[in-house]
Amino acid sequence: MIEVRELHYQYEGKNEALKGVGLTVPAGQFLVILGHNGSGKSTLAKHLNGLLLPASGQVLIDGLDSQNQADFWALRQRVGMVFQNPDNQLIATSVEEDTAFGPENLGVEPALIRSHVDEALVSVGMEEYKERAVHLLSGGQKQRVAIAGVMAMRPKVLVLDEPTAMLDPRGRREVMSAVHKLNEEEGITVVYITHIMEEAVAAHRVVVMEEGRIVMDGSPLEIFNQVEKLKELRLDVPPAVEMAHRLRQRGFPLPLTILTIEELAEALQAAGGRPADALPGSGDAAKPEATLCP
Amino acid sequence: MPIVLDHISYTYQPDTPFAAPALHDVSLTIKSGQFVGIIGHTGSGKSTLIQHCNGLLFASEGSATVDGMPILPKSKDLKEIRRKVGLVFQYPEHQLFEETVAQDVAFGPKSLGLTAAETESRVRWAMNMVDMDYDKFHDASPFGLSGGEKRRAAIAGVLAMQPKYLILDEPFAGLDPNGREEIIGQLLRLNEKGLAIVLVSHSMDEIARLAKRLVVIHEGAIVYDDTVKQVFGKAAELAAMGLDVPEVMKLMMLLKEKGLAVGQDTLTIEEGQEEILKVLTNNTTRHT
Repeated sequence: MIEVRELHYQYEGKNEALKGVGLTVPAGQFLVILGHNGSGKSTLAKHLNGLLLPASGQVLIDGLDSQNQADFWALRQRVGMVFQNPDNQLIATSVEEDTAFGPENLGVEPALIRSHVDEALVSVGMEEYKERAVHLLSGGQKQRVAIAGVMAMRPKVLVLDEPTAMLDPRGRREVMSAVHKLNEEEGITVVYITHIMEEAVAAHRVVVMEEGRIVMDGSPLEIFNQVEKLKELRLDVPPAVEMAHRLRQRGFPLPLTILTIEELAEALQAAGGRPADALPGSGDAAKPEATLCP
Repeated sequence: MPIVLDHISYTYQPDTPFAAPALHDVSLTIKSGQFVGIIGHTGSGKSTLIQHCNGLLFASEGSATVDGMPILPKSKDLKEIRRKVGLVFQYPEHQLFEETVAQDVAFGPKSLGLTAAETESRVRWAMNMVDMDYDKFHDASPFGLSGGEKRRAAIAGVLAMQPKYLILDEPFAGLDPNGREEIIGQLLRLNEKGLAIVLVSHSMDEIARLAKRLVVIHEGAIVYDDTVKQVFGKAAELAAMGLDVPEVMKLMMLLKEKGLAVGQDTLTIEEGQEEILKVLTNNTTRHT
């Protein structure tokens, strides 16, 4: 479990980046953090494994305090971090050596290292490349190796800061499905920072940051149905939500349960198949709209 | 006059055990004023291709020219070629290095031997093009800017060379929605002013909104080069190459599967919304 209490942080010579953040993330949760550039997301993420230490307040991971020297390495092993640019995260010459770097440093037994590394590479779809030189990989492949390197340390919590920003659509899907698989099958707690709204729809919970504070906190549906508020916060909604919102504004009654294009297509099929009284132009159409979108 | 790549091939580290062929028999013409999208999965050869457009790489086979000037290692026109073809790399903000934004943007034009007054007017113009208020930002440290501002400052540095062609590699990566919208608006405006733009991106939705023509690169070769609508019409083929189509097109495909007679060539949310309203309203008329 992650517990962040009244967290304040200030970079030298700058305005306060975190202004009293409180956040509890239960074990096994898939949490997405949204917020525009400079809202404090990455600063918060870096507190979760002690890369940054609180100016005031507290960060506890399974009871381990990031400010307690004695707990420091246990905390680092427990919380793995993956950043946007894989080039800054790879150190060894071959893929499997790079993936083994973490567990080797933790003193894991050699036989176990082999299986940790193999499984980690399979989980990101890079097993075929294990003997490949890291510098010959493309950006997307490198990022998957970076994630494998963290997974090989068997963390409890995975913190990913825009891990797909540089990836192509297939790479993005592979990373997303690898992270979801780790969450669902191994119970890894995931803290996922992104600017790509579609990546947030399958999360358990979405938190929105603004000016160093948490300003929204809820399920993806609860958050994304507040289209106007998100736009005020200079954020966006997934394309399916945007489309549904626009259609509702044009008097089209659609349920507020739409996050994906599949869900939108089903709702439109239902509407299209129904007789005219459910469709725009009829007297009923405006009424549900008024309650759906005040 | 265009950028012309004529049957070019390129191999990294040729004649070594590490030889890696990256482009194979690629021909591409970018005419002035065009807005061309380039998509391809990572490692497909996109970045190698665009580096051939301004002489950062030289073709192993075939020929490349910019407005008739050959792109060759010893070409006397190389400086002019690199001025005409502005290249904005991924994360261009990593290349900011001066003490102030104005100095950073001025770095390129200064190297052209312009006077101080000319340089300043270039800097003002370039900053204006990316919506950075000169008075507010010229004296600011580039390192104190927000992510979106840094990227705009870096793009301004390329614009200050007054290129005729602007090539951008993933200019939206890592930007928040607001920063992305700002750059989209600026690219459209620059293109309206006659600047040819080549946009390399993994974001199909952005490509659909911006580009008129779309080039698909796969395994070092061009497999499609057509209008955006034509290319995105090949959804299955694109998926097989690890690519994708815009979300709105996916929605339209799903609706068609479900028996709704929506058109299949809408690219943006706006177009899709009108198409859905049109078709579902027609349904209503039929029912009544």
